[in-house]
Amino acid sequence: MYQSDFKRELSLKEKLLSINLTYVLCILLLTAIGILTLYSAAGGSMTPWAKNQLLRFLAAFVLMIVFALIDVKVYLKYSYLAYFAVLALLIAVEAFGHIGMGAQRWIDLKIFKLQPSELMKISMVLFLAKYFQTSTLAQIRSIRGIIAPILMALFPTFLIILQPDLGTALMLLFTTVVIFFCVGVQIWKFCAVGGLAVGAMPIAWHFLHDYQKNRVLTFLNPERDPLGSGYHIIQSKIALGSGGIFGKGFLSGTQSHLNFLPEKHTDFIFTMLSEEFGLIGGTFVILLELALIIYGYLFAYRITSYYGKLVVIGLNTNYFLYVFINIAMVLGLLPVVGIPLPLISYGGTAMLSVMASFGIILSMDINRHINLGRQSFGDD
Amino acid sequence: MNRDNDKGKILLYRTLYVAFSSIFLLVCLVARLYYLQVIEGEKYKMLADENRIATRILVPPRGRVFDRNGAVLAANEQNFQALIIAEETPSIDQTLEEFKKLVDLSDVQEAKIRREIKNNRRFMPVKLKDNLTFEEVALLQLHAPDLPGVVINEGVNRVYPLGSYTAHFLGYVGAVSDKEAGKDPLLSVPGVKIGKSGLEKVFENRLRGQSGNVKMEVNALGRVMKEIDRQAGTEGQSLNLTIDYRLQKVAQDAFGENSGAAVVLDVHSGEVLAFVSVPSFDPNLFTNGISNKDWQDLLSNERKPLTNKAVAEHYSPGSTFKIVVALAALEAGIINENTTFNCQGVMELGNHKFHCWKHSGHGPLNVVGALKYSCDIFFYEVALRLGIEKIAEMAHLLGFESDYHLGFDNMQKGVIPTKSWKEKHLKSKWQQGETVIAGIGQGYVLVTPMQLAVMLARVVNGGYEVTPTFTKLSLKEKGKIKKLPISEKNIEIVKKGMFEVVNAEGGTARRAYFDINGAKMGGKTGTTQVRRISLKERQTGIIRDENLDWKLRNHALFVGYAPHDKPQYAVAVVVEHGSSGSGVAAPIASQILKAAIELGI
Repeated sequence: MYQSDFKRELSLKEKLLSINLTYVLCILLLTAIGILTLYSAAGGSMTPWAKNQLLRFLAAFVLMIVFALIDVKVYLKYSYLAYFAVLALLIAVEAFGHIGMGAQRWIDLKIFKLQPSELMKISMVLFLAKYFQTSTLAQIRSIRGIIAPILMALFPTFLIILQPDLGTALMLLFTTVVIFFCVGVQIWKFCAVGGLAVGAMPIAWHFLHDYQKNRVLTFLNPERDPLGSGYHIIQSKIALGSGGIFGKGFLSGTQSHLNFLPEKHTDFIFTMLSEEFGLIGGTFVILLELALIIYGYLFAYRITSYYGKLVVIGLNTNYFLYVFINIAMVLGLLPVVGIPLPLISYGGTAMLSVMASFGIILSMDINRHINLGRQSFGDD
Repeated sequence: MNRDNDKGKILLYRTLYVAFSSIFLLVCLVARLYYLQVIEGEKYKMLADENRIATRILVPPRGRVFDRNGAVLAANEQNFQALIIAEETPSIDQTLEEFKKLVDLSDVQEAKIRREIKNNRRFMPVKLKDNLTFEEVALLQLHAPDLPGVVINEGVNRVYPLGSYTAHFLGYVGAVSDKEAGKDPLLSVPGVKIGKSGLEKVFENRLRGQSGNVKMEVNALGRVMKEIDRQAGTEGQSLNLTIDYRLQKVAQDAFGENSGAAVVLDVHSGEVLAFVSVPSFDPNLFTNGISNKDWQDLLSNERKPLTNKAVAEHYSPGSTFKIVVALAALEAGIINENTTFNCQGVMELGNHKFHCWKHSGHGPLNVVGALKYSCDIFFYEVALRLGIEKIAEMAHLLGFESDYHLGFDNMQKGVIPTKSWKEKHLKSKWQQGETVIAGIGQGYVLVTPMQLAVMLARVVNGGYEVTPTFTKLSLKEKGKIKKLPISEKNIEIVKKGMFEVVNAEGGTARRAYFDINGAKMGGKTGTTQVRRISLKERQTGIIRDENLDWKLRNHALFVGYAPHDKPQYAVAVVVEHGSSGSGVAAPIASQILKAAIELGI
């Protein structure tokens, strides 16, 4: 077959050379803008944020390249294993957290704080991709064929709600729903499950502890914390709106520098950026994010294998949700949830998981010609 | 393979949906960004400036007040305050302990300070103590190393160096009430004081000045980051009064323990040279908020130290009113210098008897003699022939029933009764007997000490319509003073009578006589009943005044002027329940006029 040429394993050098440079350039640009903004947030200083962020990015960049060079077959092979390993971590964290009566969401690895919930976003995508790769369309369209993945998706989501980290849980849920939608599950089933979920809520509520109920209530109604979210969003709109078309200039954002803008270096960094660089700066960042996401879909289009397509769609959706929820939040379109703007916000966890997924996406793209076939048995 | 193709196709279509939805949502974010930054941008720019720019008002120094010779009557005094800034001390407890070793601090004060420290941001200064003495300031500065976080701040207090001498015309300043806080942003500054009464209130706009402001950039916690703009205000204008503080002191001291009022005017300009209402109070008590005890003491005092008796209290003028009646009768041609009436101690009108104060009677008297002896019968007869309307006409010409737009609080205009006045206010017809007693300044007639002084000034200056003023008149303004339609000849006759009151043997104020290089005083006494004397008491013998309760004793009045040849000063003295115009009021007036001549104002 003429395709045999592409089916052979690529050498490491060939892999490196086929990394999509435009994609990587977008990532570098966004990170550079982030570091610049963190430099300004600290009043024109590399400490305490910009320097750390740069070091973290370098580490995460290496990770991305490593993940990009890993062979697609390896991902496929360990997809299920990764899922169960992360699930075990999630259970462990919930158990310790419960004992400590606090909201422990991470395992301390010194350089990075490992959040199993972040890892779950990736491993869930890998798990579902592998699962649906092996399913036939008939299976996908039957109820029996999707019961297992539904349970596999809901269980970790439930654990994350209990942490409680509704933001991450919802992102996980959305990503799952998008994957189910893309593989072709009938629309009416989404409606049915949606209806059921709404109906089941009161029962689930009954099983929650009081402190968990409280956390969920505060999330749903930020007014419970009057000096918190409401103030945040008002100040965010003032800072951002006062930036105008051209912004107040680098290092000159009054609202952020005078601390009227809360969380200027983390969740509200897009506001600070837009105050200093104006509509032009804000739009430029959104266009870069858009470029990354469009590239993701182009990759998905040109990848041969079903597994690869699904992995890219899932991870791309996950990244889109980060960007959309964060920016919509600071623009006052969504309630305030603690979701950062990856690559730009200060903090390691989101950067680590996002760079890892970029690595996996790149790996899928590098191996786009490899046809993994539908590894199901007895159906060919 | 077909099925796999279908599976791939569905994936492609569905993914296209997802991809375009994502792109659409991100484009929506750009639209929202445009809406916030461009369409609503101006609004948010304003809100951002409101956030970051704090304006502090600069309080201009209040205008000072001087007497006619430049002596300070009201000034602004430095007020040293000790403040503590919580974030600048490692231990508030320790600093407070050290502070208490140097400056007295009551437990109540300390509790208040601790409360304020707790309620304020840590960089906001909290007041520890006001009005520190120089010794305390020096002590605090010496121990500054032990007092981290303590700073000395310089504020201003309004002070009245002459205290109670100036209280009734200057008034005092106090904190702005909600009702007074108007458009001037200055009035919203904590600690700003405005005129609450007297000239401090009348000349408030002139004394206050124009506030300046500093625009500062503040951060979210309210801490000042830098100054953006500063606009200096203008100081309040100082005020030069016509009062002579030396005369003021003499006049007030002349009252001794008595209560009452005195007004001294320059007869040619109406300038107020002294303005006394006693007992008085110390206006400095009001500057930092008067204590409850002091306030209650002032309120409960039966001699009403808070009432401005010179303008806000009215009295029967008594015999001092005979000047008005005499002039009215002369002007009306009812009498001339030679017209005499025979006083036999009593006059009958219908079935009513009107007595002279001298029951044995004065015998035949002309107008000069009637003034000299203060004969009541003469004026009963004159009033009866003259009629109340003519009396009222002259009274109005001489300035009664007016407040001269002085602007003091609770000013009385007094009463000059007429027939229509009685019908309007008492809904009854005028009786002839009421004209008779109005002829000796009793009955419905009520006047203020200020009005008495103005009346006398207008008579002795030759009939010029002067009005009282606390600020000096320019030459042009003096030239504008109108001549009243009163003949100088008649004025001279009345003056002759007033001269004899003091200077002639048998005059009612003979004891108050003085002669300073030929400068002599003229005047008229008045003693007015406060209580009604019943017929029975009149038959059994009137109780002597000194045997009565203070509150039932007669008011004592005297209006005087000097020098007689070339009048310069007019004074009106009212001694509440002073018993006798000749015995109590005239000597006070005499002292005041003597001082005025000696000071050569």
